[in-house]
Parts: sequence; structure tokens; C-alpha cells
Amino acid sequence: MAPSQDEVFEKVQDLLSDALGVDTEEVSPEATLQGDLGAESIDFLDIVFRLEKAFSIKIPKGELFPDDIMNNPEYVNGDQMTPVGLEMLKQAMPHADFSEFESDPSMSRVPELFTVKTIVNYVESKLAAA
Amino acid sequence: MRWIWIDTFVDFESGKRASAVKNISLAEEYLHDHFPGYPVFPPPLMIEGMAQTAGILAGEARGFAENVILAKIRLAKFEDYARPGDQLRYDAVLDSIDERAAVSSGTVFLNGVQIGRVDLIFSHVRGDNTLGLPDYNFVFTEQFTNLLASFRDQITSGSTTADEG
Repeated sequence: MAPSQDEVFEKVQDLLSDALGVDTEEVSPEATLQGDLGAESIDFLDIVFRLEKAFSIKIPKGELFPDDIMNNPEYVNGDQMTPVGLEMLKQAMPHADFSEFESDPSMSRVPELFTVKTIVNYVESKLAAA
Repeated sequence: MRWIWIDTFVDFESGKRASAVKNISLAEEYLHDHFPGYPVFPPPLMIEGMAQTAGILAGEARGFAENVILAKIRLAKFEDYARPGDQLRYDAVLDSIDERAAVSSGTVFLNGVQIGRVDLIFSHVRGDNTLGLPDYNFVFTEQFTNLLASFRDQITSGSTTADEG
């Protein structure tokens, strides 16, 4: 039986606390990985490895954190994501909440998409598909 | 001169685990300053020793194709000091490895008694990427790979464990 949303969240909370050296209370669903929890680039890889182990799932490169889209100059105009880029990102990240980001899709706001909830949603979708 | 903080491998199982030892000698100059009158092996060098043990384990697993760069210290805990005359042993286990990175967990022993844990993440960096790095392998020089000389036969024939006794 697949674990409940609470069970997934608790596991994610624990592993993010370990990976980022923060208290579990700080790992709220709304917390952003970079802004609130201080994640750096290598931490994203650490998080991927920890998720794979904790949930016995395989996370292909670019699936949870689609950096190939975010780093593609074709999808960026100045500091703004182009409409095509935004659409690509939305398709690549059905696990993220774009409701606020869409109104101002600037690159500097991309880290706001990566919240604890984003990861929980992703894990749930992977477990449901398994 | 090269920055080598392990003396020899005592166990090497390709792609899985490795053990290396470091004998601490008062002939090593830094011990005279760390600390004057009370030489103690600096714990950060235990992290380096584990990084070299696990790093060579990770490098060998992929045929030394990439530069294996220490990217993150997941955990480092030590419960005792090592001093001249002591022997440290680093036991490293390769938890996962792919084209991006390698993850290891490790245990540190002082004269056979467990005193610490060091878990690490390594990035795989190839010289032909955009970081402006040299196009040759600058991590695994001959001096490092020579540490595996006594295990070369076992590694090429499928690998096994050496006699520690």
C-alpha cells in the first residue's frame, strides 16, 4: 500500500533536515529549498540521492529539478522566462505550484517553485506510478 | 609532492567497498604545531583520508574516466583523537554511483576501534565540459592509482578482498 501524504511528508521532512542541516520544524510544506532552507546546488543532488534511497524510486536526471530547461537560453528573455519556456517548465514540473509564479515568471523567482510541497507532490506521483 | 593521506589499501572490492590505513608518525611536521607538546592528528585530515579512500573507490568503479571531486560532506563525526603511533583505518562503502555523482558512507577506526563516521558526496567532472578544467584527469595521477597496485590483479580479474591480517 502506498504511504499516505502525511507519511511521505514526514519522511521528506526528515531527509531534508539531514541534507540541509536544518531543524525539522523549519521544513514546512511552504518552505522554499533555497530561500528558506539554504540549499546550494550540490544539495539538490544530495536530495535526489536521499529520495531515491528513502522511497526506493529512481529519479532520472532533470525530472525533479529540470535544470536543462531553466538553463536553456532559448527559454529566457532577459530575466523573464518566455511563454514557451514557461509552458515547457509547467509540463516538466506538474508537481510544482505555478499559480503565483505565472504572474511574474522571472528567473529570479524560479527558486520559489522548489518548495517542500513540490518534492512531496513529486514523490507521491512517483509512488502512484510505480 | 602530492597530497596523499592514506598509506595503503588493505581491502578493495571494485564498485563496492574499500579500506585504507594511515599510520601516524611524529616525523610528520604538522604534528609539531598541532599542538606544540601535544601532537594530535587533525580531524579534517581524517575527512581527507576518507575522501581519498572513497574517491579512489568511486573513480575505479568507472575506470577513472572522470575527475572525482569531493562536493559535500554529508556527515563527519569523531569521538576520539588519533596521535603519533596510532593507526587509522578508513572503511568506505559506495552507496550509489552514476554519471553525475557518487555517494559513500564511511567508518573510521583507531587501532581497530570505531571512532567516527564520514559520509561524502563526490561530483563527477569531465575535462571536456564548460568549466574551463584541464582535458586530462587531474585527480587520479599515477601516485594515486599506484596505491591500488597490489590490488590490480584482483580488480582486473573481478576483484576480491586482501588478507588484512
